[in-house]
Amino acid sequence: MTKNLNLWVIPLLPLIGAAINGLLGRRFKNAMVSAVALLFTAASFGWAAWAVWTVWPGSGIALPHIETLATWITAGTFSAPFGFYLDQLSMIMVLIVTGVGFLIHIYSVGYMAHEGGYYRFFAYLNLFMFFMLTLVLANNYLLMFVGWEGVGLASYLLIGFFFLKDSAADAGKKAFIVNRIGDFAFLIGMFLIIQHFGSLNYDAVFGKIAEGHFTPEAGWGLFTAIALCLMFGATGKSAQVPLYVWLPDAMEGPTPVSALIHAATMVTAGIYMIARSHAIFNLAPHALQIVAIIGCITTIFAATMGLAQTDIKRVLAYSTVSQLGYMFLACGVAAYSAGIFHLMTHAFFKALLFLGAGSVIHAVGGEQDMRRMGGLRKLIPWTFWVVTIATIAIAGIPPFAGFFSKDEILGAVFHSPYGGPVIWAIGVLTAGLTSFYMFRLWFMTFFGELKLGGVDVGEEAHSAHAPAQAAHGAASHSHGHADDEAHGHGGVHESPWIMLAPLVILAVLSVVGGWVGVPQFMRGHNEIEHFLAPVMESPAVAGEQPAPTVRVLDTTNAPEEKPTNEEWLLADTSVAAALIGLFFAYLFYYKRPELPERITSKMHGIYTMVLHKYYVDEGYGALLVKPLLALSTVVLWRGVDQGVIDGLVNGAGTASQGVGNELRRMQSGNIRSYAAWVAIGGAAIVGYMIWLGVTR
Amino acid sequence: MVHQVLFIVFGLICVAGAINLLAQRHPINSALSLIVVMAALSLIYLLLGAEFVAAIQVIVYAGAIMVLFVFVIMLLNAGAEERTRGSRIALFVGVPGVVVLAGTVGWLLVSGSGKLGGVTIASSDFGETHNIARLLFRDFLLPFEITSVLILIAIMGAVVLGKREN
Amino acid sequence: MVPLSWYLILSGILFSLGVLGFLLKRNIITIFMSIELMLNAVNLTFVTFANYWHTHPAVLANGDPVIPLSGQVFVFFVMVVAAAEAAVGLAIIISVYRTRETLNVDRVNLLKL
Repeated sequence: MTKNLNLWVIPLLPLIGAAINGLLGRRFKNAMVSAVALLFTAASFGWAAWAVWTVWPGSGIALPHIETLATWITAGTFSAPFGFYLDQLSMIMVLIVTGVGFLIHIYSVGYMAHEGGYYRFFAYLNLFMFFMLTLVLANNYLLMFVGWEGVGLASYLLIGFFFLKDSAADAGKKAFIVNRIGDFAFLIGMFLIIQHFGSLNYDAVFGKIAEGHFTPEAGWGLFTAIALCLMFGATGKSAQVPLYVWLPDAMEGPTPVSALIHAATMVTAGIYMIARSHAIFNLAPHALQIVAIIGCITTIFAATMGLAQTDIKRVLAYSTVSQLGYMFLACGVAAYSAGIFHLMTHAFFKALLFLGAGSVIHAVGGEQDMRRMGGLRKLIPWTFWVVTIATIAIAGIPPFAGFFSKDEILGAVFHSPYGGPVIWAIGVLTAGLTSFYMFRLWFMTFFGELKLGGVDVGEEAHSAHAPAQAAHGAASHSHGHADDEAHGHGGVHESPWIMLAPLVILAVLSVVGGWVGVPQFMRGHNEIEHFLAPVMESPAVAGEQPAPTVRVLDTTNAPEEKPTNEEWLLADTSVAAALIGLFFAYLFYYKRPELPERITSKMHGIYTMVLHKYYVDEGYGALLVKPLLALSTVVLWRGVDQGVIDGLVNGAGTASQGVGNELRRMQSGNIRSYAAWVAIGGAAIVGYMIWLGVTR
Repeated sequence: MVHQVLFIVFGLICVAGAINLLAQRHPINSALSLIVVMAALSLIYLLLGAEFVAAIQVIVYAGAIMVLFVFVIMLLNAGAEERTRGSRIALFVGVPGVVVLAGTVGWLLVSGSGKLGGVTIASSDFGETHNIARLLFRDFLLPFEITSVLILIAIMGAVVLGKREN
Repeated sequence: MVPLSWYLILSGILFSLGVLGFLLKRNIITIFMSIELMLNAVNLTFVTFANYWHTHPAVLANGDPVIPLSGQVFVFFVMVVAAAEAAVGLAIIISVYRTRETLNVDRVNLLKL
C-alpha cells in the first residue's frame, strides 16, 4: 500500500520561511526573524521525521516511495516531473539536512545576534535548506540539478554575506564559478542520460539498467562517459581535486555557514549524487577507478595542506576536503554505504568542530589565528569539552563515531580491486595526518599560555560589528579574515547557552553516531549497511543477479568469508596511525613547542610550498584565469562588443546622421540653389523624354 | 529668302538683347534690354502672321508689364549688383546643365529639321482679331472668364502685399 | 520658307538664357525679368506651332482636328497670367525689400535648416 506523505511540504516550509524573512524581515525585530526561521526549519524537520517514521522498513509501505506533484517539462518524448523520492538513502540525507540544519539555526541565533543583516542571514539560510531538501528528495536528475544549482547560489550568497569586504565577495564569486565548471560536466552527463535512456527519472534510468540491457564489459563506453561527467560535477560540488580551491576561501563566510554548508550538507551533495547513481557507476569500472584515485589524491593532498595552516577555520576547511576525499574514495571502491556512513558521522563531528571553533572565536572576540590563542581550556570549559569530543571523533579513535566509518572505508579499500594495499596505505597515512593536525589545533587553541593581546582586541572587535566597518577591522588582522564575530566584552568568556546547546547535542551524536555501523567482526550488526543494502543493490527485478565483480562489500554476504584476523589487523593499524598522530602533536605543540620552528626552518622550501597551498591558486590564475580575462578583454570586449556591435549600432546612427547632413544641404535657404535643383530636375525629365522619343 | 534674312536679323536682335540682359549689372539696363527683346519678338510674330499677338505683345508685355518693372526698379532705387559670395551650386551645376539641355534640344532639332518642314507667312486672315475672338469667346470661354477672376485676385494680392505696415 | 527648327532653336536659346539668368543673377528683379524672358520664349513656340498647324493640318490621336489658332489664344492666356504674376511678384519684392533692406537674393535665406 502507499500513502501520500506530501513530501513536497518538506522543502516548501523553509522556502516560506525564507520568503517571509527575505521580503518582510527588514522590519522585524531580531527575535521575530529568528522565530520565523526556527519555526519553519523545525516544522520541516518534524515533517521529515514523521515521514521517515511512517515509511520505516517494516511498515508495509514499499520503498522507494515516489510521489509526483505535477509535470514540469514535456518536450516530445521527454518529460520531467516535480516528483519526490523517498528511500533509505534519501531518508538518511533528509534527516541529516533538517536535523543538523535545525541545530545550526539555533546556534546562529546566538552567534549572529550582533551582526547587521540578521534577517538576510536567516532568509538565505532557509533558502539553502529549501534547495538542499529539493536536491535530496528529488526523483529525477533535473529536479536534483535545480537543487544542486540552488545550493550553489545559497552558498554564494552566504559566503559573500559580508559583501562589503572584497575578500568575502571574491570568495563567493570563486565558489560559484568553480562550482559552475563542475555543473557544466553534470549537465553533459544529464544530456547523455536523456539521449540514451529517454528520461531523467531515477526509476526509469535505474530500472532500465536493472533489466540487464547493459554489461560491465562495455568498458570505455557510454556508461564511462556518463559516469565521468557526473563525477566531474561532483568534484566541483564536493571540493575534490581539481575543483577544491573554492572551499578554503569559503571560510570568509560566517562560521555557521561554514558548518552547515561547507561541512555537513552542501559539499556532501556530490557524494549523495554518486551514491544515488551507483547503478551507472557500477557499469563503468574505469570511472570507478578514477573516482577512487581522485579521492585518494584529495585526501592526502588536503591533509598536507592542513598541516601548515594557522587560521583555525582554514585547518577545518582542509580537513573537510580531506574527509570528503575519504567519501569519494569509498564510492570509488563501490562501498557506497560506507561512504554514506562516513558522510553521516562527518556531518556530526565536522559541524561540531566548526560550531565549536565559532564558539572559540566568539570567546576571544574575533581572533582566528591559532598562534594567538592558547590556554583557553580553563576559560571556556564547555567549548573545550565538546571540541575535544569532536577531535577524537575525527581522528578515528574508538569508540567515537569517526573510527567506525573511517575503518569501514579503509577496510573496503584494502579488499577492493579498485583500491588495493597502496591506496589503503595512503588512506592510513592520511588518517595519521588528520589526527596530527587536529590535535595540533586542539593543543594550540586550548593548551599553553594565553597569547591574546588583551584589551585591544576589544577595540578592533567592536569596529567589526556592522559589515560596513568590516574592512576596517580586517586590516588589523594578519590574514585579513572576516571579523565575523565581535563582542569585545573585554575578556575571554564562554558562549551563551543558545550556542552551547546545539554543541552538546552534536557532541552526543558524535559519540554514539558510529554505533549504527559497528562491523560484524567486532560483534556488531552493521545496521547502517543493512539499512542501505536494498538501495545499493540494483533495484532488482526479482531473481536478477547483480554484476559479480563489483560491490563486493555492499552485500551482506561477503564479509563472512573474510578472515576476521585480517579485519582486526586493519582496524588496529588505523587506530595506531591516529595515536601516532596524537603523540606527535603532543610532542610538537605541548611538550616541546620549539620543535616546529626548527623543523620548518630546516625544510624551508617544502614548508613554504605547503604553506602556500602548493601554489595551486596561483597556478590556476596564471593558466586559466589570466588568459581567459585577456581573451575576454581583447577579443570579446574590445573586438566584438565595442568594435562590431557598437560599431554597427553607432555606425547606423552615424550613417543616418551623415546622410541627413548631406541632404540638409538641399535646404540651404538660398534661392539660387533651389533654382539650380529645379533646373537639373527639369533637364532630367526632358532628357528622359528625348531618350524615350529617340529609342521608340 | 527674304523671310529667312528677316528672321535671322530679328533673331539676332533677340539673342543680343537677352545676352545683354544677363551681362548688365544694373537692373534698369536689364529691363531696357528686355524691352528690346520683346520688341524684336513682336516683329517675329508678325513674320509668323500673328498680328493680334504681336500687337498685344507690345501693348501688354512691353507697355504694361515692363513699365511696371521699371517703376519698381525706380521705386526701390536698387543699385548695381554687388559682388557677394553666391551660390556655387548654381554656377557649377546649373550652367552646364542648361547648356547641355539646350545643346541637346538644338542638336535634335537640327538633325530632324528635314522632317519638320518649314514655316511661311500665312494667309492674311490667319491671325486676324475676329478669328481669335471667335475662338476665345466660344471654345475657350471658360478659361477666359477664369483669367478675369485671376486678374482680380492679382490686383487684390498686389494691393495687400504692397501695403506698408504701420 | 524658314525651317521650323530655326524658330524652335531660337526659342530654346532664349529659354536657356532665361534659365541662366535665373541661376546666375543676384538681383531679385533681374531674376524676375529672366522669368519673363522664359515666358516669352515659350510664347514664341506657341505662335510658331500655330502657324505650322495652319499650313500642315493635323489630327489629334482621338480624331479631333488640331485647331491651329489655339496656339495664339494660348499666348493670350500666357500674357494674362504673366501680367498677374508680375503684379503680385513685384508687390512681394517690394515687401521683401522693406523687410530685408536688400535686393540681393542670397541675403533672403532665412528659411533654412
